[in-house]
Amino acid sequence: MHAINYEAPKSLDEAVKLLAAHGEKARPLSGGTDLLIQLRAGTRRPEFVVDIKEIPELARISFSLQHGLKLGAAVPCIAIHENGDMRKYYPGLTEAAHLIGSLQIQSRATVGGNLCNGSPAADTTPALVALGAQARLAGPKGERIVPVDGFCLAPGRTVLQPGELLVELQIPAPERHASDAYLRFIPRNEMDIAVVGVGAALSLDVSDDRVVEARIGLGAVGPTPIFAAEASKSLIGKTLDAAAIERAAKLAVAAATPIDDMRGTAEFRRHVVGVLTRRTLAIAAERARAANQR
Amino acid sequence: MAASSTNGFRVIGTRPIRHDGVDKVTGRAKYGADYAFPGMLHGKVLRSPHPHARIKSIKVDKALALPGVKAIVTAADLPELPDKMEAAGEQAVNLNHLSMNILARGKALYDGHPIAAVAATSPHIADEALRLIEVEYEVLPPVMTVEDAMKPGATILLPSLRNKEDGADKETNVAAHIQFKRGDVAEGFKQADYVIEREFKTAMVHQGYIEPHNAVGIYNADGHATIYCSTQGSFVVRGLSAVVLGISEGKIKVVPAEIGGGFGGKIPIYLEPLSVLLSMKTGHPVKMTMTRAEVLRATGPTSGSTIRCKMGATKDGKIVAAQCWLAYEAGAFPGSPVGSGAMTILAPYNIPNVLVDAYDVVVNRPKTAAYRAPGASNAAMASETVVDELAEKCGIDPLDMRLLNGVEEGTPQIVGPPFKRIGFKETLEAIKNSPHYQSRLTGANRGRGVASGFWFNVGLQSSAMVNLHTDGTVSVVIGSVDIGGTRAAQAMIAAEVLGVDINDVRPTIADTDSIGHTDVTAGSRTCFATGWAVYEAAQDCVRQLKERAARQWEKKPDEIVFENGTLSPAQPGGDIKPMSIKQIAPRLARTGGPIVGRATVNARSVGPAFASVCVDVEVDPDTGKTQILRATIAQDAGKAIHPSYVEGQMQGGMAQGLGWGLNEEYFYDDRGILRNTGLLDYRMPTCLDLPEIETAIVEVPTPGHPLGIRGVGEVSIVAPPAALANAIYHAVGVRMTELPMSPPRLLKAILKKRAAGEAQAAAAD
Repeated sequence: MHAINYEAPKSLDEAVKLLAAHGEKARPLSGGTDLLIQLRAGTRRPEFVVDIKEIPELARISFSLQHGLKLGAAVPCIAIHENGDMRKYYPGLTEAAHLIGSLQIQSRATVGGNLCNGSPAADTTPALVALGAQARLAGPKGERIVPVDGFCLAPGRTVLQPGELLVELQIPAPERHASDAYLRFIPRNEMDIAVVGVGAALSLDVSDDRVVEARIGLGAVGPTPIFAAEASKSLIGKTLDAAAIERAAKLAVAAATPIDDMRGTAEFRRHVVGVLTRRTLAIAAERARAANQR
Repeated sequence: MAASSTNGFRVIGTRPIRHDGVDKVTGRAKYGADYAFPGMLHGKVLRSPHPHARIKSIKVDKALALPGVKAIVTAADLPELPDKMEAAGEQAVNLNHLSMNILARGKALYDGHPIAAVAATSPHIADEALRLIEVEYEVLPPVMTVEDAMKPGATILLPSLRNKEDGADKETNVAAHIQFKRGDVAEGFKQADYVIEREFKTAMVHQGYIEPHNAVGIYNADGHATIYCSTQGSFVVRGLSAVVLGISEGKIKVVPAEIGGGFGGKIPIYLEPLSVLLSMKTGHPVKMTMTRAEVLRATGPTSGSTIRCKMGATKDGKIVAAQCWLAYEAGAFPGSPVGSGAMTILAPYNIPNVLVDAYDVVVNRPKTAAYRAPGASNAAMASETVVDELAEKCGIDPLDMRLLNGVEEGTPQIVGPPFKRIGFKETLEAIKNSPHYQSRLTGANRGRGVASGFWFNVGLQSSAMVNLHTDGTVSVVIGSVDIGGTRAAQAMIAAEVLGVDINDVRPTIADTDSIGHTDVTAGSRTCFATGWAVYEAAQDCVRQLKERAARQWEKKPDEIVFENGTLSPAQPGGDIKPMSIKQIAPRLARTGGPIVGRATVNARSVGPAFASVCVDVEVDPDTGKTQILRATIAQDAGKAIHPSYVEGQMQGGMAQGLGWGLNEEYFYDDRGILRNTGLLDYRMPTCLDLPEIETAIVEVPTPGHPLGIRGVGEVSIVAPPAALANAIYHAVGVRMTELPMSPPRLLKAILKKRAAGEAQAAAAD
């Protein structure tokens, strides 16, 4: 492994300055569960690593039914699972965060890092896409907010510019009868990476079980996480019966653009997108019906 | 002290705490990577990024100029060795190929093939130096499968391999063709009412030991070298390293470290001669350790294979003929375990008409190494699936089918003399009577499968010393590395013979200068053969003790009895008081000096092992994912010295076999590059993927062994993949013929069956 410089700034300003000064040679370090492996394997060779975990603003979870969720980029997955609001209002995202690696890994790994690593197989990204999350970024030219859907450009590549870093993820508060779910397919029962991941968020009008809002996010079935727009749209205004779920599942399959690789064939992944879309929607719907927030 | 147990044994058959336990659970045990010496340098290996390429030039100037880099070696620094076979552990090795696998000479033959090695003051500098070595390659087309390698006109890996069958003398990738024959298969199949013929493919898999390879080499100015490493056989490391380095064996001492798993994969040498070579060049100790990616790319694995198996049975279930064709990937150099695949594939059954053809085929993959009953799991996947299918055709319970055709004492083997006393049928009965097989399996998409496995086991050479200390305690010195708890078993054997407490025995694994030659810890031989040597060495102590007592009591040695650690005259009387070992030990100096019991064995005849297993699964028909609900193994151990460690071997082998069946596979891309070089994508089962594996130890003593021990290390891995395939069939109705039976493969088979069913239903409408 080559020699690297390491800094752990205490403020966002300082972090942005450090990152801007070193441009493409710098890389922010959150939990490090991807970056350290890439450093050791030599697949990324930054000369400067900026640890963002000591910046208070980035290490916070704040939630209210009024303002929704602000999830700091350096919050470890375990803190999400331990947070009562997260479990109650965003059970799908919480599950996704709780699926990553082992408990030890979850104590380091972050949802922000999962997104910025840009892997199409990231577990939390389809859950974020389903929830309509936005990413707040800070860089030498100031701050900007971009949707998580579209944040990833290609495997390992995101909209982040040199010198820019993710500050937090913003997710609107759920409606009264709304909830989410995330399921992934892995060949083993744990310690594995998604071969297919499906996140779904639903808001229902429980008077007639009609879908008010629906979003489906797909993982590991294309070069980036995918927002299954047609599948999501097909549900809105419809009663959530077997036929509606089946139609959405078919459209989700159509939205997937998987490849054959060591984790599964394209054919397998397409089939499983349908299976998991049906299962995820069923769980999200059940949760949304039971929810009674606000 | 343990209370007296059944079968006349006092210690054997009990479950004492292992002597190495405290060191291991407190982290004090020294594994290969724990060694450090003053002035030590760190070595790293540059590996070929191509599966098949001519090496046109290697330039090291830039790398040598990097501060901290002390030496770089290539094949030019090693003697070129003759194309000649030499025995090493379970296998014979070709010296030329052995050397070329340590450092590529002329050609790189697999992704990960070592090209050069660097020694530097830190592992990071050594790593950076690798990036500065300039190698010019002429990339050649890779040959990745046995099918491609055997095609006429295939690209040739090793020009020295010649096909001399049919009077020709041509270049070939087929290193060997083996054939076994009995009776007349054509006639045999004519008698059959049912004939099943299937083709199977199994993927290349790795042994998956958790500890990566490691070595520290120290070369002294006086021409002597010491190697510290994790190995299954310190004497093998010494012998092979000496050959590769061109120095005499006696000038190398190998100190075996504690070992974090081997399963056959730590018999070959990789880093050991390189660490000595770099130490020769630099005058410093040189430590080398592999990363997981290096382990997967360039060590182990065992062969992927293509196997065709045809069997015929009469209506009443008698198997009358079998014909098998096996082709195994040897990796870049000859030496796949296809021979043992061919010898084990039909071994559990008494079949009058047999024809087996087997091919050892070189491909651009790492040189395969032994893996727990090498070659037998591939073979059993084929034969045990076909036997299951025949049982179904005949309407016979699959265990009864095996009982009906199974081998027993006196049955002629296809290769070799008739079986002596064996416990195959006893393992089948044990499964039949197990709570598992007796239970009912209910629920959709659930199924139960059984299968059986055979393994030869080996004997070979072992040495042992048993030292009696002045406080009456005993130390046992052996040369067998302890992988599976054998050290505890050796101590128990000495304690049994000498009548002392197990906690008064200390077992030690000695280096190659401190104990007589001892062959590898492999072939399930350690408890059997080294245990035999320890037994004899302890008996040697008893003989000497009797002599001492005889001298003191003015009697003849044969007038002394030794029982439960106490010496007494055969004819009681007079004022002679019996003496315990504790009483005589402090007086050794006055009765003739120290007592050291010694023995060596060269065990030629061994007791073959059988195991039968039962597996329940549930398959998710929408994703093809298999969940193992329950698993049981029954295995003949001859005599279980320490039953916990016998059970550990049974469970461990079964866990590996189930992993082999479920998800493990080497995944090469179109360019012949290994893509899954980590344990995330090389999917071994985790503890969450397996149930508690239930065990039933069967004890049919091995004739001729003083304790009746039968090797237990390997046979447990043979049957599980086939049992899993059979269980999947009974769950969802598809016969899987390709390993691993991963979700994509199984889902494809399920969907194909469903589509066929729908087409049939539509046609019927």
